[in-house]
Amino acid sequence: MMAATRVGVVGVGMTVQRSTRRDVTGIELINEAVRAALADAGIKRKDIDAIVIGNMDHFEGINYVDTWSVDGSGALGKPIMKMTTGGTTGSTVAMGAYYHVASGMFDRVLAIGWEKNSESDTTGAIITAFDPFWDRPTFAGAVAGLALEATLYMNETGATEEDAAYIAVRDRRHALNNPYAHLRMDAKVEDIMATPYLSWPIKLGDMCPRTDGACAVLFASEGAVDEFPNPPAWVHGVADRHLWAYTSDPYVNQKVVGGTWFPAMERATAELYEKVGITDALKQFDVAELYLPYSFAGLRYMESLGFCERGGGPALVHSGATDMGGECPVNPSGGVMSSNAIGATGLLRVAEAALQVQSRAGDRQVPGAALALATGFGGCYWSDELVLGKEKPDKVRG
Amino acid sequence: MEDWRDGQEILVMDGRIKVPYNWSAGETGTRYLESLRDDKRFLGTRCPTCEIVYHIPRMHCPDCFEECAEWVELGSEGTLVTYTVVRKAHPQLSPLETPFGYGVIKLDGATTGFLHLLSEFDDGGLASGARVEAVFAEERTGSIMDVAYFRPVKGVV
Amino acid sequence: MDPVAVVGVGMTDIRRDRVEDTYADLVYEACQKALDDAGMTAADIDVVLTSSNDFFDGRTISSMAVMDACGSYDKNVSTVEGDGTFGAAHAVMRVLAGWGTCLFCVHHKGSESVMPLITNAMFDPIYERFLGIESIASSALQARAYMDAFGVTEEDCARVSVKNHGNAFKNPVAQLPLEITVEDVMASDYIAEPLKLLDCSPISDGASAVVIANQERAKGAARKPVWVKGIGYNCDAFHLGDRDLSKSDALVAAAKKAYKDADINDPPGQIDLAEVSDAFSYMELMWLEGLGLCRAGEGAALTASAKTALEGALPVNASGGCISGNPVLVSGLNRIIECVLQVRGDAGAHQVAGVKTAVAQGFNGPCGQSQCVWVLGGDA
Repeated sequence: MMAATRVGVVGVGMTVQRSTRRDVTGIELINEAVRAALADAGIKRKDIDAIVIGNMDHFEGINYVDTWSVDGSGALGKPIMKMTTGGTTGSTVAMGAYYHVASGMFDRVLAIGWEKNSESDTTGAIITAFDPFWDRPTFAGAVAGLALEATLYMNETGATEEDAAYIAVRDRRHALNNPYAHLRMDAKVEDIMATPYLSWPIKLGDMCPRTDGACAVLFASEGAVDEFPNPPAWVHGVADRHLWAYTSDPYVNQKVVGGTWFPAMERATAELYEKVGITDALKQFDVAELYLPYSFAGLRYMESLGFCERGGGPALVHSGATDMGGECPVNPSGGVMSSNAIGATGLLRVAEAALQVQSRAGDRQVPGAALALATGFGGCYWSDELVLGKEKPDKVRG
Repeated sequence: MEDWRDGQEILVMDGRIKVPYNWSAGETGTRYLESLRDDKRFLGTRCPTCEIVYHIPRMHCPDCFEECAEWVELGSEGTLVTYTVVRKAHPQLSPLETPFGYGVIKLDGATTGFLHLLSEFDDGGLASGARVEAVFAEERTGSIMDVAYFRPVKGVV
Repeated sequence: MDPVAVVGVGMTDIRRDRVEDTYADLVYEACQKALDDAGMTAADIDVVLTSSNDFFDGRTISSMAVMDACGSYDKNVSTVEGDGTFGAAHAVMRVLAGWGTCLFCVHHKGSESVMPLITNAMFDPIYERFLGIESIASSALQARAYMDAFGVTEEDCARVSVKNHGNAFKNPVAQLPLEITVEDVMASDYIAEPLKLLDCSPISDGASAVVIANQERAKGAARKPVWVKGIGYNCDAFHLGDRDLSKSDALVAAAKKAYKDADINDPPGQIDLAEVSDAFSYMELMWLEGLGLCRAGEGAALTASAKTALEGALPVNASGGCISGNPVLVSGLNRIIECVLQVRGDAGAHQVAGVKTAVAQGFNGPCGQSQCVWVLGGDA
């Protein structure tokens, strides 16, 4: 008899994130993360009930990745479906796996996110995301779109390039504690400022890298979590908004709806926080793993996620609140500024958040972390958000 | 009443997605392809638990996930598991002129079959269970196309 | 399974070269039809799911093209990439997990690109792609394996094409109603032996949508809700040489799970109608066997006996099936929609009398590698 059930993360696996993993094919890369997750959860392939997998098709040039990758994903003789929503793919896959279990249809579902960016021309592939008639001919890949957002933010708030550069410094410094991360360094703001401009005001150092990597996360029903050696990281709630279809849409809408910064993120946040009972993000969350595709996002998104008032991003970050040791460390793993295997990236945020509330995050552990926020970003300014916690949530569905 | 859609000739934009790729064969694939290139020899890998010899070789067994560390030399002849004769093909895709064939071929020594091209056969001259042999390309680069195609073994009924 | 129903369905016509419609236009039409059918508006929809394929659409993040048109504004929305049966299964999961209603839509325009180039991309880049293999030639390999294993002839397969193209006359959305004979099929050109032109489904454009609702929200539906009695899906090996192509283990496993949910232990006895994904004529025979509607190797005899004809005891593809119109991905959802229409009594000219329980099937990947089965019924 099926019924809606609470869901916890009970196993996590990830590959080392590198710019190029020539030693393995995409299928073998997936398999590495899957075997790691199974080992972490103490189970065998046969114990998996279903699989959800995601990546961005044109980055590897494979059609029907779900059927192609069964040797690596463990899907032989099992139910599998593919989910893909661009940059949000990893978090979409996490939410997808969550719903597989929450529905009562499956007890143990493996979410897999992966990308082998080294195998393609990233910008060439990303440009095909945009409408062939209206956006593609003039658009210049992901960076230009983010530059528009950054320019607007700087004009409205007086935030500076140096304010943004600190985000890159912070996250890559955090990554020094994460042996799996791609870019790990103790840089200074001046170092970021000295890197070449890609699309003003965004410089090379402000951007996330291109990475090869895979991540696998095992979700289990509340009836099954006790089978596993690790305490579950309970999913308290999930929400998403994928509002737009054309790149100029968000800017027009800001005027219409009274100038909100990032409508998708704010609306997803409003729904999620209401469901989970968050009224003061900075106080209530112990840690946040946020998908920041570029440095300015680390200022702007804090506002849209309710960590501070509008325009307060730079002050919050400069206060040290988001550093390790601060009130709510952001991206102890190094985040996306450090590693960006796109299909894996959003899922890694969930994996890292899970490790935090399970007290299994090693050198990157935030002491006593009990409630974590994980986000995904992508597409046309879309936002996916999840809350994970040490305590079992009151409500059956979040 | 006239509608602005009446008599419209819809504009259609021609486009092509050109994204270059460089797919890594990985360590296992590289060893396999180098063997084709340098030695004209097919290799499989063996799962110690399932006792399956995989050809195309796998690094880990898809079923039990054990490492398939043992490399097995396979014959260049095998059995045709199934086949088709292609009569119409897209010019951009087919490496051979029509009619040509595809087959799933189980090489001697392998448990699994694999996909490749078939050529040098008479009309109606292919059958499931037939013996076929590999014909290697003169110029080999470390690719599955180092095998030009398979053909029926002559003199074998 | 908690009671979950399909309360609204919408299909655009299936045609080729729908130049006048963008993906957004097609999805809007299908979604609007589904909402009207359900007696609902977009405001009644709690969560939205879309389905599309980046390769077919020539667009990374292909879902972006339809974000406006599917009514997802200010709602939770996600995307399953694959056949409509799989996406619809996830829509059911959303409702089972606590959302009251979910709108699921899927789109495809085969006419906008070159199908063999796109299906070639399903194959492994290192080991298979440069052999030039694509959907038709690979399916031909399966057809041969199946036919050799069971002594099935090309004429046996041709009978499926004749039946389904004939059924299409009674389905206003179908692309290719054709009055043909077995001889006509046999005389059509070989593409990849044994598959001839009339054994293959056409290139098609279309979109479809469904509204899924829980028991409480189904009460507000305009038409009779059709209940989701069971869902199962499962995946075979990828490399064709790893599989026994003469049968579908994945389909057997998927059907077993769907039937278990639905309390079906005698499929031919308990199922009144089936809609299967006959992308090629031989596939209908294979899928009937995998679904347990007849024993292995007996699909040909079942079809020749006319039991699966429109007037037969167990009509299969009363809609005309995929062979009469195959917007890829959309096709699987159309199989579900056709079953819903039949159970409701809304199938019009191709209505079969007394359908209480129907089975829909769809697949992803080469040679039906990954299979999904739905059982739909009139009772909760």
